[in-house]
Amino acid sequence: MAKAKPRVKVPKSAKAGEVITIKTLISHKMESGQRKDKAGKVIPRNIINKFTCEFNGAKVFGCDIDPAISANPYLEFTAKVNESGEFKFSWFDDDGSVYETSKKIEVK
Amino acid sequence: MKLDRRQVLGLTAGAAVLAVAGVRVSPVSAAAEETAKRVMQFTGGKKPEAGKITLKAPEIAENGNTVPISVSVESAMSGNDVVASVIILAEGNPNPEVATFHFTELSGKASATTRMRLAKTQNVVAVAKMKDGSVYSVTRQVKVTIGGCGG
Amino acid sequence: MNSTTLKWAGLFATATVFAAGAAVAEPDNNTLVIDGNQLVTDVEAPKGSPLSRIYSGWRFRSPETQTFEMDDFENPAFPAVEQGEALWSTVDGEAGKSCATCHNDASETMKGVRASMPKWNEKLGKPHTLETQVNACRTENMKAEAWKWEAPNMLAMTAYIGLQSRGMPVKVQTDGPMQKWNDNGKELYYTRVGQLDMSCANCHEDNYGKMIRADHLSQGQINGFPTYRLKWGGLGSIHRRFSGCMKNIRATPYKRGSDEFIALELYLASRGAGLSVETPSVRN
Repeated sequence: MAKAKPRVKVPKSAKAGEVITIKTLISHKMESGQRKDKAGKVIPRNIINKFTCEFNGAKVFGCDIDPAISANPYLEFTAKVNESGEFKFSWFDDDGSVYETSKKIEVK
Repeated sequence: MKLDRRQVLGLTAGAAVLAVAGVRVSPVSAAAEETAKRVMQFTGGKKPEAGKITLKAPEIAENGNTVPISVSVESAMSGNDVVASVIILAEGNPNPEVATFHFTELSGKASATTRMRLAKTQNVVAVAKMKDGSVYSVTRQVKVTIGGCGG
Repeated sequence: MNSTTLKWAGLFATATVFAAGAAVAEPDNNTLVIDGNQLVTDVEAPKGSPLSRIYSGWRFRSPETQTFEMDDFENPAFPAVEQGEALWSTVDGEAGKSCATCHNDASETMKGVRASMPKWNEKLGKPHTLETQVNACRTENMKAEAWKWEAPNMLAMTAYIGLQSRGMPVKVQTDGPMQKWNDNGKELYYTRVGQLDMSCANCHEDNYGKMIRADHLSQGQINGFPTYRLKWGGLGSIHRRFSGCMKNIRATPYKRGSDEFIALELYLASRGAGLSVETPSVRN
């Protein structure tokens, strides 16, 4: 399949101690392993099985993902920001690939 | 027999009702049992209490492929009052596991939104595990409209 | 099926015909606002329309499905739109050109394109759809290979081009050389086909707003294509949707890009004149 493409939405700035909302979405078919092809053969499972979000190296939020999550997995969660820094987002594919992206935020 | 349009619409609808009725006959209890087992695994054998956790999901999902769900747990998210994780389970799917969210104090709030697949009308269960070991759960039924039309 | 089941089927069918007649759920009154811009999802029907008012399919969807379209981040079509944006300036083919080589900034040059397709092309002697226009550019100007109708790149590109017209009213030419095509489309629209012996009009003109099985029937407007369907888990073209409808009524679908589907696309676009382009919309 085409290389998975992550998207994240993080506010550019926040007040110290503010709880912000983060939205993430990655393009991925999330093949569940439950479907069969035209010949009746089971299409092997291929999903994003894990997501993590870190801020300046500290864990913020994580998710273990099962095949029941829809195609193009969407995750929305919150983060408390106390200082300026960088969020790092990682998606882990069954095939071993890791898709990463990061976003900076300025705390005023 | 010549069918006019209305009868055709009706017949198709009738077939859909039958399909749903057919599904209902299947042993729902087995799936519920499997889910209960998973809950116990998650909680370490502790029976979850009601309260503290909220699960938002549509009453009727227009398509089982993409059902938006939000979960949130009342918590200060600091000191001992921290939600460690929340598991989402679907009783009527081929496998009950949907997702497990892991929170930290840096999460600020214990809330998350995602989109899930539901094979049919069923109960969705969310269980929260607090840092102090207490567990809470909530169950919501989501009706999934089967087939519909729509190519 | 044994006789008991048959009897049940009959009972259910009778009950549901009744329900279909009674459960008239009109389009809702929700307002579609994306990025602060309000889109037109209902408007007085264009002249000559058998309908008095026309409605975007968005108005027939559940609140959850509607919400997906109201925020470009939550709209699952946008990874594909971004792919289209990247393709726009990617050189492909022997001429060493990209779309941007000739058309520069899509946000200016592609504005209004989706709203006016299908469009008459003199050289071709027939209307161009967005797909055939993209491929004509690729093969003639870029000397690149044509994309398949439903290829991910084609869907990404048509979604990206279509987005540049979002919010603009659908307005297609139906006179001059287009008249014959529009007439052909109209004929197809009202012709009953397939084992269920149904035409487009039977559902989308006579029964929109009602439930067909578990589905809320829309007017079958095409102002949001390519659309992200939850059922497909991805984008699909107008012609893919036509094909699905035809399979539902147990008819053999025409081919994507066939003269029949191009004519039907034109006629449907003309029936939706005045609705905002919603590309890339989200449907169930």
